[in-house]
Amino acid sequence: MFPEQLNVPLGKWVNQFVDWLVINYGAAFEAFADSLLTVLVALEQVLRGAPWWLVLIAIAAITWHASRNWKLVLGLVVAMFVIGTLGLWDKAMQTLALMIVATSLSVIIGVPVGIAMAMSNRLRAIMLPILDTMQTMPSFVYLIPALMLFGLGKVPAILATVIYAAPPVIRLTDLGIRLVDPEVLEASRSFGASRKQILFGVQLPLALPNIMAGINQTTMMSISMVVIASMIGARGLGEQVLMGIQRLDVGAGMEAGIAIVLLAVVFDRIGQAYGKRSQRTSSGEDA
Amino acid sequence: MTEKIVVKDLYKVFGERPDQAMQMINDGIDKDEIFDRTGQTVGVCGANFTVHEGEIFVVMGLSGSGKSTLVRLLNRLIEPTSGQVLYDGVDIAAMSDEELRALRRRDMAMVFQSFALMPHLSVIDNASFGLELAGIDEAERHKRALTALDQVGLKAHANSYPDELSGGMQQRVGLARALANDPAVMLMDEAFSALDPLIRTEMQDELLTLQREHKRTIIFISHDLDEAMRIGDRIAIMEGGIVVQVGSPEEILNSPANDYVKSFFRGVDVSTILSAKDIASKRQVTVIEREGVGLKTALNRLRNEDREYGYIVGDKLDFHGIISVDTLDEAIKSGADKLSAAFLPNVEPVSHDTQLSELIGTVAHAPCGVPVVGEDGKYMGVIKKANLLATLDREGDGTNG
Repeated sequence: MFPEQLNVPLGKWVNQFVDWLVINYGAAFEAFADSLLTVLVALEQVLRGAPWWLVLIAIAAITWHASRNWKLVLGLVVAMFVIGTLGLWDKAMQTLALMIVATSLSVIIGVPVGIAMAMSNRLRAIMLPILDTMQTMPSFVYLIPALMLFGLGKVPAILATVIYAAPPVIRLTDLGIRLVDPEVLEASRSFGASRKQILFGVQLPLALPNIMAGINQTTMMSISMVVIASMIGARGLGEQVLMGIQRLDVGAGMEAGIAIVLLAVVFDRIGQAYGKRSQRTSSGEDA
Repeated sequence: MTEKIVVKDLYKVFGERPDQAMQMINDGIDKDEIFDRTGQTVGVCGANFTVHEGEIFVVMGLSGSGKSTLVRLLNRLIEPTSGQVLYDGVDIAAMSDEELRALRRRDMAMVFQSFALMPHLSVIDNASFGLELAGIDEAERHKRALTALDQVGLKAHANSYPDELSGGMQQRVGLARALANDPAVMLMDEAFSALDPLIRTEMQDELLTLQREHKRTIIFISHDLDEAMRIGDRIAIMEGGIVVQVGSPEEILNSPANDYVKSFFRGVDVSTILSAKDIASKRQVTVIEREGVGLKTALNRLRNEDREYGYIVGDKLDFHGIISVDTLDEAIKSGADKLSAAFLPNVEPVSHDTQLSELIGTVAHAPCGVPVVGEDGKYMGVIKKANLLATLDREGDGTNG
C-alpha cells in the first residue's frame, strides 16, 4: 500500500479552482458562451431552413471548386442524398453546423498558435506536452468543468470538440513552417524582406499543403467527437447514436453511425481536394 | 578607382560567448585551440580588404575556410562579432534594421548556390521578388523583371514555375532576381558551383558579358580556381577564416603567399592565365639605335656579351628589330651601313597581353627569343623557349611538391 500521508489532494484543489472560476468569472464565461451560441444557432437555422436540394447543390459546387472532378462531385452528392434517405437529414444539418463552428474555431486558434510555435523553440517545448494532453486526456474529464462553466448544451460540446480537434492543425502548421527551405528564407532576407513579409509571403504559402492536411485532420477528429458531444446535450447525429445505445435499438444506432461516416467521407474528400490544390499551386503546376 | 566596400578587422565567432573568444584571439591564441577550449568556432578572423567599384572580386577557399560566412557578413545575413564593413563609407555593421533592409532592397542583391527560388511563385514573380518587397506596384515590377529575364535569356519562360526549369535555367532566374533590383553590388555565393561544367562556363561568360555592359561591383565566392582566374579581376584567398592573400590572378599565381595558396594551382592550366608580359625577360642584349651606332658596334657588343642575337630599340625603348651575328656579318660584307639591313626577316614581336597558350607555336618556331611589345610598341623583354617551357612546367612542380 502506498502511504496515505503522501497523497496529494489534487482533485480537491481542482475542484476549488473550478468553483472559484464559476463564482468569479461565471458571467464572463456566459457572455462568451452566448456569442458562440449566437453564431452556431444562426448557422444551424440557415442549414436546417435551406431546402435539401440547395444544400446538395452547395456541396456539389464546393467539391467542384476543390477538385474539378465530376466523379467526386457525384459521389459526395450521392453520399449526402443517402443521409437524407435514412431520415437523418435534419440531424445531419445540426451536426454539420456544430462541426463547421468547431472546426473554424480550431483553425482560428490553431494556425496562429502553430505559427508562434514555429517561431519559438521555447514555446514549442511548452506546447508539445500540452497538445499531447489535449489529445489523450479522456474528454469527459474536461467536459465536467466545461458543463459547470457553460451549462448543458452546444457550447461545452463545441469547446470539448475544439480541445480534442485543434492539436493536428497546430502541429502541422508548426511542422509546415519549420519545413520551409532555410535557403529560401535566407534569400528572402537577403532581398530585404521584413519578418511580416517572410511570414505571409514565403512561410505560410509554402506551409499551406501541410496546414491543409492539418485542417483536414482537425475536421475528421471533430466529427469523431459528435457522439460524446451529444452526451452533454448537443443535438444531431450523435444524439441518435446515443438513443440507439440507450434503447438497445441496433438499427437506429447503425443508421446514425452510417450517416456520421458518410458526413466524414464528404468532409475528408473536400478537405483533401483543397489540400492537393494548395500543393499543386505551391509546387507550381497550377497557375 | 573608387572604394566600394571596405572590410576592416572583421571577425565572426560562432558560439555562446563570442566576447571570450575575441579576448583569446587578441591574446594570440589560434582558432583550433579556441575551439578545443571553448567549443566556439572562429568563422572569419580579422579580414581586411577593399573591393573597388566595378570589379569582380573573387573570394576563394576550400569548404570550411569561411568564405560563405564572409559574404554573409557583407550584407549582414550573419551578424559580425566585431569589425566594420563600409559600403560607400557607411558602416553596414552599425546600421539599424530599417536601413539594412533598405540597403538589401536597393543596393545589394545576392545569388545563391542552391538557387533558393520560391517554388510557389512563377518565374516572373520570382524575378520581381525583391521589387515586391520594396513595395513597387505590379505593372512596374513585372516590366523590370521582364527586362532582367531578357538579359539572362529567359523572357520566354516568364510564366513557368521553377520546378519546370533545368538547373542552369533556375540559376538564370536567380540571377535575374538579383539584376531586377539594379543593384550596385551583387554577392554571388558559389553561384555556379551546382551547375555542370559546360553550363558553368556558359554562365560565367554570360556574367562577363553583363559585366561589360553594367560594370557592377561583384563579390563572387568560389572554390574553383579556374572559375576564379577566369572571371576575377582580383582574388582573395581564404584559409581557416583568414584572408591569406589578395591580388590579381597573375600576382597570386606568380607569388603565392604560402603553400596553401600554392596548392590551389595543382592542375591549373597556367598557359591560359599568364600572358606574354608575365614571363618576358629583359636579360637580353639590347642595342639602342641612334647616331654613331653602326653595324660594327652592334657586332662588337654581341661578341663581347657572347650572344647570338641582339634586340634593337629606339631611344624611347620602342622595338625596332632583331639582329644576329650572322646577319650582321652579311650586312657588313654587302656594304650596308644601317642596322635595319641586318634585321632578321621572319620574327615578329608579340603583344604583351597574348596568352601563353597562343604563344607556344610562335616561340617554338622562332630561331631566337620572341620579343614582347606593349600597346605603344615599347619593348618589354623576350620570351625564350627555355623560360616558356619552365613556366608551363610549373604545374608539374605543384604536383610534386
